[in-house]
Amino acid sequence: MTIDATIPPGKDKPTGSILNDPKVRGWIYQGITLLLLVLFVYWVTTNTIENLKRANIASGYGFLNGRAGFDVGQSLIAFTSDSTYGRALVVGFLNTILVAVTGIITATIIGFLVGIGRLSKNWLIAKLSMVYVEVFRNIPPLLVIFFWYSGVLAVLPQPRDSLALPLDMYINNRGLAFPRPVFDAGSQFIFYALVIGIIASIFFARYASKKQMETGKRLPVLWTVLGLVIGLPVLTYLLAGMPISFDVPIAGKFNLTGGSVVGPEFLSLFLALSFYTAAFIAEIVRAGIRGVSHGQTEAAHALGVRPGLTTRLVVVPQAMRIIIPPLTSQYLNLTKNSSLAIAIGYADLVAVGGTILNQTGQAVEIVSIWIIVYLTLSLSTSLFMNWFNAKMALVER
Amino acid sequence: MNTHQTNFVRTSMLAQSAPPVLEKGYVAWFRKNLFATPKDTVLTIIAILLLAWFLPPMIKWLFIDASWTGGGRGVCATVAQGGSQPEGWSGACWAFVGAKFDQFLFGRYPIDERWRPALVGILFVALLVPMLIPKIPHKGLNAILLFAVLPILSFFLLLGGVLGLPYVETPLWGGLMVTLILSFVGIAVSLPFGIILALGRRSKMPVIRMICTIFIEIVRGIPLITVLFMASVMLPLFLPQGMTVDKFLRALIGVSFFASAYMAEVVRGGLQAIPKGQAEGADSLGLGYWQKMRLIILPQALKLVIPGIVNTFIGLFKDTSLVSIIGMFDLLGIVRQNFSDANWASPVTPLSGLVFAGFTFWLFCFGMSRYSGFMERKLDKGHKR
Repeated sequence: MTIDATIPPGKDKPTGSILNDPKVRGWIYQGITLLLLVLFVYWVTTNTIENLKRANIASGYGFLNGRAGFDVGQSLIAFTSDSTYGRALVVGFLNTILVAVTGIITATIIGFLVGIGRLSKNWLIAKLSMVYVEVFRNIPPLLVIFFWYSGVLAVLPQPRDSLALPLDMYINNRGLAFPRPVFDAGSQFIFYALVIGIIASIFFARYASKKQMETGKRLPVLWTVLGLVIGLPVLTYLLAGMPISFDVPIAGKFNLTGGSVVGPEFLSLFLALSFYTAAFIAEIVRAGIRGVSHGQTEAAHALGVRPGLTTRLVVVPQAMRIIIPPLTSQYLNLTKNSSLAIAIGYADLVAVGGTILNQTGQAVEIVSIWIIVYLTLSLSTSLFMNWFNAKMALVER
Repeated sequence: MNTHQTNFVRTSMLAQSAPPVLEKGYVAWFRKNLFATPKDTVLTIIAILLLAWFLPPMIKWLFIDASWTGGGRGVCATVAQGGSQPEGWSGACWAFVGAKFDQFLFGRYPIDERWRPALVGILFVALLVPMLIPKIPHKGLNAILLFAVLPILSFFLLLGGVLGLPYVETPLWGGLMVTLILSFVGIAVSLPFGIILALGRRSKMPVIRMICTIFIEIVRGIPLITVLFMASVMLPLFLPQGMTVDKFLRALIGVSFFASAYMAEVVRGGLQAIPKGQAEGADSLGLGYWQKMRLIILPQALKLVIPGIVNTFIGLFKDTSLVSIIGMFDLLGIVRQNFSDANWASPVTPLSGLVFAGFTFWLFCFGMSRYSGFMERKLDKGHKR
C-alpha cells in the first residue's frame, strides 16, 4: 500500500481521534476546571450558610447600622461609642489614608535622598546610605513598628517631663504635641489663594515648556511657581489681617495643655512605614538613575550643557520613566503595610474591622469590605500606572 | 658614514622619584573620595558629625553599658526602678536574651523534647549546605532528601505521637522554629504553585487564564494580614461541621497562598522575557506543552528571575512575623510575649529583645540576598546584552 504524501490530510478527514485536537482538548480541560470550581464554590457556600445558621449570625450588611459601642483612639471625623459600625469603618479608612499619605511623603523624601546618596562619589555618604538600605530592607516592617512603639516611644518620659522640640513641639510617652492652627474668619481666602496659585502654576509651567519648545528660551519657571504657590497665600494672609493663629501646647506642672496631640500609635506606624519603605525607594531611585546610560550625560556635556542643567533636563526625565512604575507599587505596599496598625492598636481599617468582627462575628462581610477597599485602591493605582506608562513610554522609530 | 653627536643622550637610567604625595596613599584617597569638591567637604563633615552623634551612644548602649549576665530584672534596672544599676543607666539587657534564648528558639516546646526540633534543625542545615554549594554533586538526591524526605520526617518528629514520641500540639510550638517552618513550607509550596499560576495566566485557554488572573490580582491587592484573618476566621466557616483545621496549618495555608501569587508575577516576568523563537523552536521539534515548558522555557525563565524569586523569599521570611498578630508565637511573637515577664520587665528589655530579633531576621535575609547575588553571577552564561 502506498501513501500519497502530496495530499495533506483534509479537515473533513480527521487522521486520529478527536481527542488529539488541541482545541477540543483545551475546551475539555477548561470544562473540567470550571466544573470543579463551581462544585467547590457550591460546597463552600452551603457549608458557610449552614455554619452561619448554626451560630445564629444573620448575613448581610445590615449590621453596619448597629451601635458600635467602642471608642477609637484617634479619629479625623467625630466619633463616639454611640456611632454606627459603618461610621467606625469610615473612621478606620480615613486613618489608613492619613498614615499612608503622610508616610508616602516622608518615605519619598528619605528614599530619594538615600538613593542619590548611594550614587554619590563621596565615599562616606555612599557607605552610610548603603548601610541604611541594607539594614532596613532586611528587617520585617512589623519589627520596625515595635522598635518605635515599645522600644523608643514607650520609654520616653511622662507628660510632665515632656521633651521640648523646636517649633513649640513636645514629645512624651503619650505622643507628640504640636501647635494647632486656629482658623478665624477670612482664613478661607488663604485656601482659595493656594488653590488659585497651584492652578496658575500648572498653566504657567505648560506655557513655559511650550514656549521653550517653540523658541528655545527658558522662562523662570521655578521662581514664578514658588511665588504663586507660596507668595500668593502669604500675601492673602497679610491682606486678610492674619486670620490664622496657633494654639501652642504649654508645659504645665503635670501635663501639657493646648495644642494638638498625635498618639504614639500613629507616630510609630508613620515612622516605621517611612523608614522601611524609604529603603526600597532608595534602591528604585538608584536603579533609575543608573538606568540612564552614561552616553546621555556625555552627549549633553559635549553640547555644552552645564552639569546642573544636564541633571534636570537629560537625566531626571529619563530616570523618572524608569522610577515611577516601581515607585507606585512601593506606595501601594506602604498602604497595604499600614494594616500592621492592628498590632499596636492604631485604628486603621483592618484594626476597626477586626474589632467589629470580634463583636458581631460578621466575618464574611468584614473581610469582603477589606478586600473591596484594598482592591479598589490597588486597581486604581495600577490603572494610573498603565496610563502613565503609556504616556511616558519611549516612542521608538 | 655620518655619525651623530650623542653626548646629550643619557646612557644611565634616572632613579625613580617618589610619586607626588597628593596622588598616592591615604592623602590621595581622602582627597579623591571625601574632599573632592567644597560640596563634598561639607557633606563629609555633616556625615562625620552625624556618625559622632549617633555611633558612640549606640556602641555604649549595645556593648559597654550592656548587662551581660544576671538572673533577673535587677541587673537591667536602675535603683529607682528596683534594680542594682546606678541612676541614669541605660544599656542593652543581654542577660534577658541569654536567659530566654531557648524560648526564642523553640517557644513553649516541652524542655525534655527539645532535642527533636534541634535534630530537625541539624538535619536541615546538613542538607541545605551541600544544596547551596555548587561544587558538591548529587543535587537531585539532595533535593529529594531536602524537599520530600525531610518535611515528612520533620512532621513526625516535631508533632510526635508515633514511635513512642510524646505528642506535642502546635500551640506549644514557637520561636525561630515556627518562623523557619513557616518560611520553608511557604517557599517550598509557593515556587511550584507560582509557576503553575504564571503558566495559567499566560495560557491560551480563556477560562484557566481568567481564574489565575483573578486569583493573583486579588491576593496581590490585599494586605497579608487580611489573608491571614481570612485563613484564621473564614476557613472554619467554609468547612463542614466537625472538620477543623489546625491553627498552625491555617497560617501555613494563608502564607503559602499569599507568596504563590507574588511568585507567579515574578515567574511571569521571566516567561515574558523569553523570546518567542524559543517556544517556536520547541514546537518545531515536536515537543509537547509540558516538555516545552520543562526543558526549554522554564529553565531560562527561572534563571532570569532568580533575584526576583529570592526577593520574594526574603519578603515571605519577613512576612511570617505577621502571624504573631493572629496569636501565634513566632520569633517576634515570643520575644514580645516575654516583655511582660515580671522577672525581666524593665525599660530596656523591649528594645534589647527587639534588637536581638531584628538582628536574627537581618542575618537570614541578608544571607539570602548575598547568596542570590552569588548564584546570579555563577549562572550568568554571558547571554546578557
